[in-house]
Amino acid sequence: MSNNSLQITDLHAKVEGTEVEILKGLTLEIPKGEVHAIMGPNGSGKSTLSKVMAGNEEYEVTSGSVTMDGEDLLALEIDERSRAGFFLAFQYPHEIPGVSNANFLRAARQARLPKGEEIDAIAFYKEMYEKMDLLGIDRKFTGRSVNDGFSGGEKKRNEILQMMVLEPKYAVLDETDSGLDIDALKIVSEGVNAMRSPERGFLVITHYQRLLDYIIPDVVHVMADGRIVKTGGKDLALELEEKGYDWVTQELAPA
Amino acid sequence: MEAVSIDQSEGDFSYPEDYAHDAGTGLNEGTIDYISEIKKEADWIREFRKKALKVFNDKPMPTHWASEDLENIVFQNIRYYLSKGQTPSRNWDEVPDDVKETFERLGIPEKERKFLAGVEAQFDSEAAYSNVKIELEKEGVIFVNSTEGLREHPEIFRKWFGKVIPTGDNKFSALNSAVFSGGSFIYVPPGVKVKHPLQAYFRINAENFGQFERTLIIVDEGAEVTYMEGCTAPKFETATLHSAVVELVAMKDAKIQYITVQNWSNNVFNLVTKRGLAHENAEIRWIDCNIGSRLTMKYPGVIMKGRKARGEVISIALANDGQHQDTGAKMIHAADETTSNIVAKSISVGKGRSTYRGQVHIPKHLKGCKNNTECDALLINSSSRTDTYPAITVRGNQHATQHEASVSQVSEDQIFYMKQRGLSEGEAMSLSVNGFVNDLVREFPMEYSVELKRLIDMEMEDSVG
Repeated sequence: MSNNSLQITDLHAKVEGTEVEILKGLTLEIPKGEVHAIMGPNGSGKSTLSKVMAGNEEYEVTSGSVTMDGEDLLALEIDERSRAGFFLAFQYPHEIPGVSNANFLRAARQARLPKGEEIDAIAFYKEMYEKMDLLGIDRKFTGRSVNDGFSGGEKKRNEILQMMVLEPKYAVLDETDSGLDIDALKIVSEGVNAMRSPERGFLVITHYQRLLDYIIPDVVHVMADGRIVKTGGKDLALELEEKGYDWVTQELAPA
Repeated sequence: MEAVSIDQSEGDFSYPEDYAHDAGTGLNEGTIDYISEIKKEADWIREFRKKALKVFNDKPMPTHWASEDLENIVFQNIRYYLSKGQTPSRNWDEVPDDVKETFERLGIPEKERKFLAGVEAQFDSEAAYSNVKIELEKEGVIFVNSTEGLREHPEIFRKWFGKVIPTGDNKFSALNSAVFSGGSFIYVPPGVKVKHPLQAYFRINAENFGQFERTLIIVDEGAEVTYMEGCTAPKFETATLHSAVVELVAMKDAKIQYITVQNWSNNVFNLVTKRGLAHENAEIRWIDCNIGSRLTMKYPGVIMKGRKARGEVISIALANDGQHQDTGAKMIHAADETTSNIVAKSISVGKGRSTYRGQVHIPKHLKGCKNNTECDALLINSSSRTDTYPAITVRGNQHATQHEASVSQVSEDQIFYMKQRGLSEGEAMSLSVNGFVNDLVREFPMEYSVELKRLIDMEMEDSVG
């Protein structure tokens, strides 16, 4: 167990209340300071992995472990995982009608303070505005309801803004590139790149190699049928792009 | 997500009973004579009461359309009049200690200092405190309790009393007409615009008691007023009855805004009739928030009697376990170019039940009338319940009406999303619920919207395990 990484060991998980196993012994380690990418065909279990790590109750972990800097992540509640420093950028961020982005972010930051301590509102707004500027988000955005009536690109940018404001130790980005045009993709990637630090680890889940032109990964994993089937450097993504996922499913997946 | 009993802890305290006047338990002509004698009322009022008692006794319970829970009210077990036998004071220092402490704990004197133009505080059957800023008094604004209003200003009072809501309107308006005590009488002279709100606070202290305040507000031509009422009661084992009648009269070009934050403990039957009469180009707005009580039945209404009159009901209801909020609105268009707007939002938590009943009436001979009705319900748990009964009767084809209704549920996905950002289940819930009513809460004055948000937070934090 490493005190300096997000470590997934032989993780098995199934859909709650069924015998449908989706993760079938997945092992992966993301040391602090590194960006790892997971690529894989649809249905390989990529999104399930992100939800299981976040604690979604639609899935049940049957065996294996996930530790974050040595702490048993699976023993924590969903919100405790978040406050401990685990962040998930959603593939489909949810709408919260009537709750402004500013209030939501403020509530999330407030939740990280000890009981009785109040957030410094002025400092908070200043910081939020700086981060919004970096992501090219208009000031009017703070008063709009969270993700309500947002375009796909706006939703994804909002996920990155939340990540920047919450400053997690480890962030999982679940298909953040889906639904983004090239300009939005660049902006989102710049946001992620600005957050890369020796103190933070990333797991970028994507179906396409395109995103990895902008967020250059240290390590690329290929996932198929609930397992990591191949691991390599950033060139693996290019190889995969060239040969297609059939190559993975036919040649790499264990029989 | 298990719902537990609601927290009305803030108002859940009571002082030992110490009353000079007690009409005893049960209701008959003797009860009315007792009340009339203590109040030294004119004969016509006593007669008015006795006629009303007969109407009350003759009318059946409206259980053919309303909740059968009404059958659980035992009228003969209720005490109809309790007071300490003193006239309302204009100075908090002269208010009896236990009463003063009650209102201090509820923060009333503090609010008065901060942002109110006048306050009336009713303790069981009678007002204990009543004061209006001296400047307003000089302009001719009257703000007293109904007993004093009847005695000191019969020429205005009698003209409108029982005219907007006749005794026989329903069983509970008849009951109120028989045994009414307390409530506010307000008169605003022509052209006077009262800048700060007037507030009444209704407090039930005694068990097995019925509070029957009667409020009459008359705003003369071109004048304006905002009136706010709040209410609490301790949580007793037995049922308590609150049955008020509120009549508003807005003369030509006048504006009345009537704001209620109802937070009775959940042993209170809250059966209230509220209606306003709007003359030409006048505006009446009811802003109504129901969080407490066991059963509330209340459908504030506006009769738009003059051309271009406007009526509005903004309604928020929160029903938790053991509660039924049966609320809505009545809009009676009785002149050309009248406009009404109803926006109702309800939240049902746990086994809580909310019902919306709306009635909009636009007759054939009118032209240019408009109505907009929106009702949205939010269900928190699978055991929560909501029902909508809109009745929009529009005759003729020279009108514009619009009706929208929705039922939504706080989704597991939405809660998961918020929890992933570090919010606890309770925090996520209250954020969702506050978001749902946010646009309506903004209609309340700032001081009240803050209180409302806090009350909703408290309810939602308690409703999750």
